[in-house]
Amino acid sequence: MRATVLIRPKGGILDPQGEAVGHSLRKLGFDVRTARVGRVVDLELEGDDTESARGEIRRMCEELLANPLIESFEIQVDGS
Amino acid sequence: MSDRPLVAIVVFPGSNDDRDAAWALGSVGAEPALVWHEEPALPASTGAVVLPGGFAYGDYLRTGAIASTAPVMAAVRAFAASGGPVLGICNGFQILCEARLLPGVLRPNRQLEFVCRDARVRVESTNSLFMQRCTVGQELVIPVKHGEGAWYADEGTFVQLAARGQIVLRYEEDVNGSLGNVAGVVNEAGNVMGLMPHPEHAVDPLLGSADGGLLLAALADAAAAHGVAIPA
Repeated sequence: MRATVLIRPKGGILDPQGEAVGHSLRKLGFDVRTARVGRVVDLELEGDDTESARGEIRRMCEELLANPLIESFEIQVDGS
Repeated sequence: MSDRPLVAIVVFPGSNDDRDAAWALGSVGAEPALVWHEEPALPASTGAVVLPGGFAYGDYLRTGAIASTAPVMAAVRAFAASGGPVLGICNGFQILCEARLLPGVLRPNRQLEFVCRDARVRVESTNSLFMQRCTVGQELVIPVKHGEGAWYADEGTFVQLAARGQIVLRYEEDVNGSLGNVAGVVNEAGNVMGLMPHPEHAVDPLLGSADGGLLLAALADAAAAHGVAIPA
């Protein structure tokens, strides 16, 4: 089973990387108001129980993949 | 000859200030012992622990995040819980925050540039093992060298920490976008401290400043009080 975790800087948290990316995009002429930069983690897991996988990945996020002080996370589990 | 207290310095893959820390601690009367990150235990007579600067595990994911899960960290956690003094310097501070042994988190510098220079920091509080040789309001000159030193905590936490005297050091100017110019914090019990400046690089006036020696000597004092000294 495959799953993807999207990790984002929480709203209101200063994201200097996103600001730099937004600045560069504007310099290239793109009409960008803001850019925020996060992280993607693609996972391949044993088993096919999506509900238990979701719980397991939530624990991964809490224990390592995201820092809840500054980051939010979103879990996407592939159906089959 | 007095007995020298043993200070364990954890070496992670990517640590690079471990030997500087060992040398500096030796110069203030401690007996340094380098401890590999895969060790499940600290030396029996450990009186204090230092997590040194560097780029542990390449600082993948977030600075300090992977190192905070290293085998030795369970022993460090237990040592801290028993009241043992633990000092995290730079990357060590980042690791202690990721391990939730210290409040807050270190984020990329606001200017997105590595900063490497002497920093003037002010002593805000001496309610911890580490500041016993300093006075409130004292200015120290200690070098910084980091790309991720902007300390952050939510507003409520920050106000609470300041009220409890857990904000120990503040920069005299904005160095990296750190909230409240915070350079160093301690836990509530006052036995775990982290700071971005490098006291181990400031132990000799010949090299610009000996102010870091005040913190390390206090750490050696605390190690002697906590551990079993090694006969000299």
